[in-house]
Amino acid sequence: MRRIGIDVGGTNTDAVLLDGARVAFATKTPTTADVLTGVRTALGAVSASGAGEVQAVMIGTTHFVNAVVQRRHLARVGALRLGLPAAASLPPFCDWPEDLAGIVRGQVHMAEGGHDYDGRPIMALDERAVAQAARAMRAAGIGCVAVSSIFSPLDPSMEDRAADIVRQEIPEVSITLSHDLGRIGLLERENVALLNACLTPLARHTVRAFEQALAAAGIAAPLFVTQNDGTVIRAELAARFPVLSFASGPTNSMRGAAFLTGVKDALVVDVGGTTSDVGALRHGFPREANAVVQVGGVRTLFRMPDLLSFGLGGGSLVTEWPLAIGPVSVGYRLPDRARIFGGPDLTASDIAVAAGRLALGDAARVADLPSTLVQDALALAARMLEEAVDRMKTDAAEVPLLAVGGGAFLVPDRLPGISALLRPDHAAVANAVGAAIAQVSGEVDQVFQGLSRTEALDEAGRIARARAVEAGADPRTLMLVDQEDLPIAYLPGGALRVRARVIGDIASGTVAG
Amino acid sequence: MRDLSTEDVEALAVGAWVLGTGGGGSPYLGLLTMRRLYRDGARIRLMPPEDLADDDLVAVVSNMGAPLVGQERLTDSRNMARAVTLMEEYLGREFRAIMSVEIGGNNGIQPMLAAAHLNKPVVDADAMGRAYPEAQMTSFAVGGLKPWPLSMVDPRGVEGIVARVPSWTWMERLSRKMCVEVGSIASTCKAPRTGREVKDWGIHHTTTQAIALGQAIRRAQREHRDPIQAILDAEDGRLLFRGKVADIARRTTEGFLRGTAALDGLEDSRGRRFDLAFQNEWAVGWEDGVPRVMTPDLICVLDTVSGEAIGTETLRYGQRVTVIALRAPKIFLSQRGLEHVGPRAFGYDLDFHSVFEPPDARSAGGDTSDASLRGDPEARRTPDRMASP
Repeated sequence: MRRIGIDVGGTNTDAVLLDGARVAFATKTPTTADVLTGVRTALGAVSASGAGEVQAVMIGTTHFVNAVVQRRHLARVGALRLGLPAAASLPPFCDWPEDLAGIVRGQVHMAEGGHDYDGRPIMALDERAVAQAARAMRAAGIGCVAVSSIFSPLDPSMEDRAADIVRQEIPEVSITLSHDLGRIGLLERENVALLNACLTPLARHTVRAFEQALAAAGIAAPLFVTQNDGTVIRAELAARFPVLSFASGPTNSMRGAAFLTGVKDALVVDVGGTTSDVGALRHGFPREANAVVQVGGVRTLFRMPDLLSFGLGGGSLVTEWPLAIGPVSVGYRLPDRARIFGGPDLTASDIAVAAGRLALGDAARVADLPSTLVQDALALAARMLEEAVDRMKTDAAEVPLLAVGGGAFLVPDRLPGISALLRPDHAAVANAVGAAIAQVSGEVDQVFQGLSRTEALDEAGRIARARAVEAGADPRTLMLVDQEDLPIAYLPGGALRVRARVIGDIASGTVAG
Repeated sequence: MRDLSTEDVEALAVGAWVLGTGGGGSPYLGLLTMRRLYRDGARIRLMPPEDLADDDLVAVVSNMGAPLVGQERLTDSRNMARAVTLMEEYLGREFRAIMSVEIGGNNGIQPMLAAAHLNKPVVDADAMGRAYPEAQMTSFAVGGLKPWPLSMVDPRGVEGIVARVPSWTWMERLSRKMCVEVGSIASTCKAPRTGREVKDWGIHHTTTQAIALGQAIRRAQREHRDPIQAILDAEDGRLLFRGKVADIARRTTEGFLRGTAALDGLEDSRGRRFDLAFQNEWAVGWEDGVPRVMTPDLICVLDTVSGEAIGTETLRYGQRVTVIALRAPKIFLSQRGLEHVGPRAFGYDLDFHSVFEPPDARSAGGDTSDASLRGDPEARRTPDRMASP
């Protein structure tokens, strides 16, 4: 199977052509402000390399998250929450930064409805209030609506019913339902739905443009977009759920590292020019953070990789008294600033060249560095890495470490708690490789009651598998990659919150579609 | 009496989370509500307990339920206000002021929510000085004050009164059942207290304490100083252990989150090990197998770098943490206090030793008597008198 993987990062747009498990072609091109030009250039290069018949194209992009951060191309959204009389004093948008809310907040409506943790309705759904809200939004010309309901991850029926009513009133509406995206935690899930709703026009436009870029390059393969969790969704689904693609960059790097080394349970360190990211791979996927994540100042709960970032990179400044590395870095100005290029600054790259670990620039320019300084600085970098790596471990057992990124030379061959250090080939385009190999997933996060732990885990796995198949996975290839159960304080009847995630290969029928 | 500024309320949320000693729920939703109320013109007046007349009536409020349910049903300031007016209707008397049952965590900010709607002052006191999991773990219970009545409100118009119970434990059982029935979240107004009772048995100036604590942490963070040292300085606390989480195990039994955490020492604590046990909140800590700190001393587990408190629900392997102890309210150090909130109340067969006691006092062993406490010159947050009710 031949696939093209593209990762649009902040600095570079990387693309690879993957032929089975072999990297047949790789290219790096600067990311452009409009994103699309860079993608076109990368696709053109791959195409010109003689790509032949390609089965699928996977794109990872930071375009959508940048739109939120830069407050550009965002649509006005109508918020509809079901749950009155509960939570009335904290309406939708209540914890958004004012500038962003000022752009996105079209109207806010709340109606009776929602569920309790045990599945009973808080109130029956007030369908008349929903219809009235829809008419008010139509009158104001709002075309993007986000619907949230209390405990909708347990019972999505009210959000579904409200969507039907809104569609009757506004036939052309684009609707985001919170249970499609979020986890337990009403405000955070609602925020994700609101963010998603405000991005849907941009997402539709972008996906269409990607498809045109594919056509222009003469590639007829179906398009997929990579998600935060390392899996892909069909482009038409990505156009509906842009928030799922927010953090695909680091995820793709980690997935690519796993693929290139064949190691599926390991820690990964991606050393860039300014910072290093350490993440953990479990069954070939990044371990996810179980915490609130701020996006553009908005509190959200996302399927995001659990990353530890710290200020160590190839461009990090090294100071002697007292000895310190970073967090300040010369970044992309390394060719002007580093000593090995005749610049004035002592950087981590200079140290590595002096130590013979790296061949870059003019080694003679750092020959005068005292060997104690070189050794001490490398030892300090090793300690920084050691601590970060240890913090990301979930138990004391030794694990392998995969080192990728342009600054990977700072990672020593031996670190405490690490069984083996692996440096894969094509490490510089691991992110595009990660995009190219992506699979399809299904996830559940729900409270189960009156079931034994085993029964609850089984039921969660069943729901997750059904969702993966719905998303386009081949049922024969499904694998449970993540499962976690959390007992809940102050709830009776052994209530258990279970998260489960399964992944599988893209079903051939989906590819054909 | 003084007006609380927006900054005071923000600092209160930070300090209340530290005083939550690992539990009590995040004050985030309460803080969010207060920001909105302040933006709409509300102002909270903080009333020193000494200003209460003996026959004033004080409402004691709390948000009851499962923190996870709170994440979905959120919090509603009017609901809390309604629990207070329902109690007034039941009693046929008006409250002079409102106070929290529990300064630690989310409940530390709940009386403000009611006060914003009812234009009543908030008393600078609570009944725990921290967070505890059960209704009988209060200074009012230690004082033998009557546990009834209680009002409970759900926004659907479900309103209940527990008119009479023979004990605090019965109040916990009945009110917990009611709370579960309305969705495991409810606004409650606990047994009303007279001004005299608050002055005698309340834990005083804990709102001011939480605000000062929050201010100290925020100031240290702003000035890039060590926020943990700021906490220790502000509270005359004790640094017990610095390390990283090597293991964490949780389970729920009888509706409580219980478990243990093990820390491996770093820096000055290198080579040593610290074990923590919790029931919603941190309860006991052992260093190298020897009991080192236990309830009612406040055990706080903080992120070593940021100084932020870490809850028993969110602690995880590999985190760099610092364990500190803050002083227990003196009332809990009495023999009766220890019966309610000492290590045995949590199922640990240990004689209480405070980390703030001089080592020679430890040789006496056993419970500390009321008489010995009166002479303690270092005691803070002391009720006005320790006589029997």
